Amino acid sequence: MSERPVREALTGRVIFEIGSPDARCVEPPVLDVPMADVSTALGGQARSSTPLLPQVAEVDLARHYAHLAEANFGVDNGFYPLGSCTMKYNPKINEWACRLPGFAGTHPYQPTETVQGVIELMVGLQDALAEVAGLPAVTLQPAAGAHGELTGLMCIRAYHTANGDARKRVIIPDSAHGTNPATVAMCGYEVTTVPSDESGGVDLDALRSVLDTDVAALMLTNPNTLGLFDENILAITDALHSVGALAYYDGANMNAVMGKARPGDMGFDVMHYNLHKTFSTPHGGGGPGSGAVAVRDTLAAFLPGPIAVRAEDGSFEFHTPEQSIGRVRSFHGNVGVLVRAYAYIRALGGAGLEEASEQAVLSANYMQEKLKVAYDLPQDRTCMHEFVLSGKRLRKEYGVRTLDVAKRLLDYGYHPPTIYFPLIVEEAMMIEPTETEGKATLDRFIEVMLRIAEEAKNDPDLLHGAPYDTPVRRLDEAGAVKNLDVVWSPEEV
Amino acid sequence: MYPKDLKYDREHEWVKVEGDTAILGISHFAQDQLGEVVYVDLPSVGDSLSAGESFGEIESVKSVSELFAPVTGEIIEVNDGLGDAPETVNEDPYGEGWMVKVTMSDASELDALMDADSYEAFIAEEA
Amino acid sequence: MRFIPVSCTERDEMLETVGAQSADALFDVIPGNVRFSDSLDIAGGMGELELSAHLEDLAGRNKHAGNLVSFLGGGCYDHYVPAMVDAVLSKPEFFTAYTPYQPEVSQGTLQAIYEFQTMVCSLTGMDVANASLYDGATAMVEAALMAARVKKRRSFVVAGTVHPEWRETLATYSHAGSYEVVETPASDGTVDLSALAASVGDRTAAVLVSSPNFYGNIEDLAALARIAHDAGALLVVSANPILLGVIEAPGAYGADIVVGEGQPLGNVMSFGGPGLGLFACREEFLRAMPGRIVGRTNDVDGRPGFVLTMATREQHIRRQKATSNICSNHALNALAAGVYLASVGAAGLAGVGAACISKAHFLQESLLATGKFTSPWDAPFGNEFALRYEGDVATLQSAMLERGYLAGLDLARFDASDSGLVLFAVTEKRTRVQMERFVQEVTSL
Repeated sequence: MSERPVREALTGRVIFEIGSPDARCVEPPVLDVPMADVSTALGGQARSSTPLLPQVAEVDLARHYAHLAEANFGVDNGFYPLGSCTMKYNPKINEWACRLPGFAGTHPYQPTETVQGVIELMVGLQDALAEVAGLPAVTLQPAAGAHGELTGLMCIRAYHTANGDARKRVIIPDSAHGTNPATVAMCGYEVTTVPSDESGGVDLDALRSVLDTDVAALMLTNPNTLGLFDENILAITDALHSVGALAYYDGANMNAVMGKARPGDMGFDVMHYNLHKTFSTPHGGGGPGSGAVAVRDTLAAFLPGPIAVRAEDGSFEFHTPEQSIGRVRSFHGNVGVLVRAYAYIRALGGAGLEEASEQAVLSANYMQEKLKVAYDLPQDRTCMHEFVLSGKRLRKEYGVRTLDVAKRLLDYGYHPPTIYFPLIVEEAMMIEPTETEGKATLDRFIEVMLRIAEEAKNDPDLLHGAPYDTPVRRLDEAGAVKNLDVVWSPEEV
Repeated sequence: MYPKDLKYDREHEWVKVEGDTAILGISHFAQDQLGEVVYVDLPSVGDSLSAGESFGEIESVKSVSELFAPVTGEIIEVNDGLGDAPETVNEDPYGEGWMVKVTMSDASELDALMDADSYEAFIAEEA
Repeated sequence: MRFIPVSCTERDEMLETVGAQSADALFDVIPGNVRFSDSLDIAGGMGELELSAHLEDLAGRNKHAGNLVSFLGGGCYDHYVPAMVDAVLSKPEFFTAYTPYQPEVSQGTLQAIYEFQTMVCSLTGMDVANASLYDGATAMVEAALMAARVKKRRSFVVAGTVHPEWRETLATYSHAGSYEVVETPASDGTVDLSALAASVGDRTAAVLVSSPNFYGNIEDLAALARIAHDAGALLVVSANPILLGVIEAPGAYGADIVVGEGQPLGNVMSFGGPGLGLFACREEFLRAMPGRIVGRTNDVDGRPGFVLTMATREQHIRRQKATSNICSNHALNALAAGVYLASVGAAGLAGVGAACISKAHFLQESLLATGKFTSPWDAPFGNEFALRYEGDVATLQSAMLERGYLAGLDLARFDASDSGLVLFAVTEKRTRVQMERFVQEVTSL
């Protein structure tokens, strides 16, 4: 038997290790004006050493990134049922649109008469987001969900301050995402944690017991992190309002309820969207996203400015609200992301958005029904767009952990669900199929999940060692911290 | 797993008493729950500790836990070896994995701590 | 368009499995008093052809760098983006991926970020860099907040020569978090060193400056470092990375944290966003850093690989004690910056920087020669400079817009006391011919 040839490792060789001193992809521009004496121009602050940058020929650069791409997994590579992340398909038309020179080539300080199209797009997007939220005023400035949370909470602080009502605390359920308490701290408030009930909902009695006039707000995700709609939602927001506190809606799970229930109608005063979840803009390997914020009319005056508006004469311009908290970033927002979200919304329209939520919820319930035979389902009832399984039986009976199941899924060509979140479910697996997956895809994934449950029973060590068929296998994360290497240096060769 | 000559608190620290000096560390149970320890943040010699209050942090790759002082006193020695080899806490929690030595200001605080048997019963209940 | 691949038959099969009459019936778990019974009033339902025409129409109602000759800067610049950059950004393996929490199938993103971190450190003269933040403004704010944590102090001194929108962002965050911000005035286009020294004290966590500053001028970083360090404060410097091939690394002057807007490195302007927040610092502050960091390690077979590391600083683990609430990075923009820097290399970056500086000085001299402009100060500058116009700036700009030029940035937009000043930015894309014609047109007004 002849040995298989060893294929050159796809990764591991960093870009500084390829190429040669004279190699380059792009030539420096040819100067058509006299060369300035750079050192004099810079007041003597000329660079004293050459920076360490790659010197790589175009073909080698192309292959380097082709190799890196091959070692990555995106929605276009396969099913990505990552709970609470809404990894829906990213339509190609979005990518085409944001690259149009009329969007990509515009400067934020151009006179408004030269950028009427982009401001109109922003107004159109704001209007759509306001409609889905049931909250009338929108800012597109925040760059991400966490940034939107901070912006929203700053508006709440400004609202209370304007009422001469300094408040100290923000209430967060123990099942909340970590950005909620971190945001509260950045906004100068204290965190008060309230326990969730077993279905992940707010424990109403616990909530009432911590409510007083020191409470600025409650931050809540609904449907909650177990994928369940809180049936007490109006009682919760009423309880807050009864002590003068406001209700903040974390829009992470908005893909469940478009056109079915609106945060404004649930009694929420402020919310943020994740346009990169609900409105199909790509996650980009970690960003950029967009965290647009919608508020009730009583809070509109505090939004960060400037905000795109339609003037009386029908033209478009920017306007800063009277009591604005001020900017939360430079310029107008992640416009490249806004263009994509706008394109998606115009593709679907109101009815299409509602249909998207319907299919997202149907697909989640379908998978829940099919998977509960092999995995524990702590909350066996109609879920919204996602559901949480528990791998505790596999752990107890076969010593196979949820992490092992997740890693084994990689061998089958699937991205794993979100694992170990929410913390209130043991060995949690949070599955969100989204509406953009076909039934055949769901069925194949279900089959694989059932097969893995069998493998756990018959050959637990197979799962402990997974994955086997990925560009690298399990990595030494403890070693990464202890022998920290976050910057390449030539000595490493 | 739980040496008889040590005292334990409900935050899973142990105390070894040598005269008016107390040596502090975390229990086998605590290191097992944490997983591989990658970083220990300890106070400096001369700092004071108050019983029940946080005096440092211990980290695994995906968790952070505070260290709570079982006794009040002043730090007289810190285990610098944990800087380079934090995994010692996993490998030898009651020996080389000790954290700080303290001159106790109130030895009666020891009375509130558990002996090995009570501590084992306590963790059995917690698990 | 719907992007839903489930057929009607399949939908019925799924409904049967879950035992529901209709998909709508699944929403009966929502209490009736909060059910939305109307239909959403949002136009749409367009086919791809119709939609593309609509988007082209909107895009067509914007003028842009492709049909105007632009001298606009002020934090967002019209630099050349090599073809390689979009070729890489268009790979769906990169742009449709999530945050690399599953490292076994995310080595592409992780390695690209590791390489990016390395390049940022080298350019800035810092020891460690994170995987990026939202933009330059928020990066500067995060630097201030980090300095407050490191120094256990709650006051910031920010140079009045820092971008006005960045100062406003700092004020917004500081107000919410109850930090004090002291702004020190400019003097002849750079920060007034003696006024700044007088503002810095034992409560100051950080001195925040930008070089080149908002006016395009170079600050005396060595003097600023002395002032900050004498008071026990950190020096935070914002740099323009496109110039760091020719301008000294801020680290060489004693900067403790270097931030910057990374848009000039291979990112399109896109009406100002998304940007790219650069963030690098000295190694001793590593545990106080905000944002993601990628590290190199090995897999179980001993193969090198990359992971997100030092995660205990972050919100998903440390919650309200986290170093920031940030839960993302501008990974795709960081990828663009990495591809850009790899495409041009060290010589190319120096060439681009030298070209921008040479062209800016060419334009400045040419405009001064018209007699219609005067230089408000003598400070050294890089790719951007301010001039005082003899007439009305708005009139000048609208007349030049009619002729196809974006004639710089009217500084009265930010500060009435800067009325009459125009800020011109010149990138390597501007040709001598464009600049000569621009000067001719201005002369003929």
